[in-house]
Amino acid sequence: MNELVAQKNGKLVKQLLLIAIGMFGFGYALVPIYDVFCEITGLNGKTSETAVQVSGDYEIDLSRNIRLEFVTSLNKAAPIEFKSEVNKLEVHPGKYYTVNFIAENKTDKALIARAIPSVTPGLTAEYLEKTQCFCFQEQKFEPRERKLMPVRFVIAPDLPDKYKTMTLAYTFFDNTDRKLNKQK
Amino acid sequence: MSSVVAEHDDHHDHGPEKGILRWIFTTNHKDIGTLYLFFALAMFFVGGTMALIIRSELFEPGMQFVEPQFFNSMTTMHALVMVFGAVMPAFVGLANWMIPLMIGAPDMALPRMNNMSFWMLVAGVLLLASTLFMEGGAPASGWTLYPPLVLQTGDALPFAIFSVHMLGISSIMGAINVIVTVFNMRAPGMTLMKMPLFVWTWLITAFLLIAIMPVFAGAVTMLLTDRFFETSFFDAAGGGDPVLYQHIFWFFGHPEVYVMILPTFGVASTIIPVFARKPLFGYTSMVYATSAIAFLSFIVWAHHMFTVGMPIAGELYFMYATMLIAVPTGVKVFNWTATMWKGAMTFETPMLFSIAFVVLFTMGGFTGLMMSVAPSDFQYHDTYFIVAHFHYTLVPASVFILMAAGYFWLPKWTGNMYNERIGRLHFWLSAISVNILFFPQHFLGLAGMPRRIPDYAVQFADWNMISSIGAFIYGFSQLIFVWIVFDTIKGGSGKATDEVWEDARKHSLEWTLPSPTPYHTFEKPPEKIPTEHF
Repeated sequence: MNELVAQKNGKLVKQLLLIAIGMFGFGYALVPIYDVFCEITGLNGKTSETAVQVSGDYEIDLSRNIRLEFVTSLNKAAPIEFKSEVNKLEVHPGKYYTVNFIAENKTDKALIARAIPSVTPGLTAEYLEKTQCFCFQEQKFEPRERKLMPVRFVIAPDLPDKYKTMTLAYTFFDNTDRKLNKQK
Repeated sequence: MSSVVAEHDDHHDHGPEKGILRWIFTTNHKDIGTLYLFFALAMFFVGGTMALIIRSELFEPGMQFVEPQFFNSMTTMHALVMVFGAVMPAFVGLANWMIPLMIGAPDMALPRMNNMSFWMLVAGVLLLASTLFMEGGAPASGWTLYPPLVLQTGDALPFAIFSVHMLGISSIMGAINVIVTVFNMRAPGMTLMKMPLFVWTWLITAFLLIAIMPVFAGAVTMLLTDRFFETSFFDAAGGGDPVLYQHIFWFFGHPEVYVMILPTFGVASTIIPVFARKPLFGYTSMVYATSAIAFLSFIVWAHHMFTVGMPIAGELYFMYATMLIAVPTGVKVFNWTATMWKGAMTFETPMLFSIAFVVLFTMGGFTGLMMSVAPSDFQYHDTYFIVAHFHYTLVPASVFILMAAGYFWLPKWTGNMYNERIGRLHFWLSAISVNILFFPQHFLGLAGMPRRIPDYAVQFADWNMISSIGAFIYGFSQLIFVWIVFDTIKGGSGKATDEVWEDARKHSLEWTLPSPTPYHTFEKPPEKIPTEHF
């Protein structure tokens, strides 16, 4: 192999290595791309992580009834009893409702837990506007503490007509260990 | 590098070094190719043993031999070993052996990196195998390593992840080597559109590898930091999303399955014309079809995830894009058929395996098309139907073609003919048993038997028993191939001619060389490039 070919080879190897390194970066870039993509399109049913600031009231649309179902679940059997006061609600778009969720720490230790919401169908998530929710921040539970946690929300009246049923699901994650590790 | 070559130029008959060090330090493309091929063959039996453990447990309903956790480890390790230890290295081995011979180059462009990528592969696979003996067992989450399940793996998790890193680096080095060799080392007159299709398909595969292996490395690194460094890429409690992992994984995973099938297409396109005694039908369309498949492979990944709750627009897009792949794949199948049409065909073992590949791969392709239909995929998802589908595209396709390649080139590599009668016995046993093994799994899947379970409802008993019987026949008949390899090395059924197959030298350059292939070849570029396949 003469010098010229060796030089050409070296150059090509460098270019190909750069592609490989670039693709490693692309794998990581997919994380924010995915978040932005989901936020724009609402594909994964994530609701806003902060309270919605509503300017003025919506007009209440009494002609439509949306059936809103509530699901509560626990991740990895978190030691919490978690339920909603009602399982489902018939709601009118534009009207404000408050639903109470109840969670109880079943242990003798303090807990830090976080509820993650999810809305199905995913595309309706942006129409479910919460002005108050226990899911906006982490919840601290004293030993055996029982908490009443209200969620106040409104369904935006521009929700497309084809949606008749929506499900709002909360999953409680026990974050106590994770928090303690960080404090160490 | 150049000084080594200059030294060789002085005395042409310089053979390999003696002893074990030849194999450890070799930079000769033929030696490294041989190492890859033997390693892949060994791993084929390791992965096959795991498959037989799975099929033994599934022979009857109920728990017979292994713990459920170990069973799940077996399904996971079987897949990882077969994909990263057997099929991919086998094709890298063929690439090492054949690409320089086919394009008239003296060696691979980067011989020392070549050596390093082989030994890195061995280290990676040993690291992976070591997880079998760790506290908490080997990974048992399926080869896709989905979180959150995979994060429950015991001590094995970081080892499995580092092993994936090493295998990835090894593949990337191999791929870079192929691209540089093909771009810079072709003999004068060997233009890109005169290259044998095996070289073409490998060139495209190499680009796929460079694009996807780093993404997979990134995904498993995120798993690592999620488990040990408090990140939340895939942890919903910290704002992450487990579905994100599936997207990243399948962005790698879908092109990855083409990494295993494109070189298969290349070998089939090399073998079929020789035994049909005709040029390959539609060479140019083959090149474009391969490129089209490679491109499409990057934009269809979420058809593996139809059931994650994608909105209808996403389902439809991924459904139609997936169906589109059937078009270039169909072009290939029709081209192979047209190549055989009115050919003066003979049915030596490599041709038998290749014809079986065309038929059985097409069946695997059709079940793939069935699953591309999003609404019906909900029925097939994670059942034995998908297991049957991808095994049809891997075993009677990739593995059959690897066997065909073995029979096709063994006489060139060793200088001896293999035993044709035993070769045909191997073929018929394999072709029949592979269908006994995998065809009933279609029925099981349609009836609703889930994959990756050690026990099942009694109504699945009969077909599982038949499938297991097929598995044992198939598994043990592969030992015939091992016998063939060693018998051929020792002398087989007589000396092979330089051309080996009738008129083969019209098809490709390697047949213009003596048999067995000398240790150093094409130190002077060939004078004439075969143009038969145009």
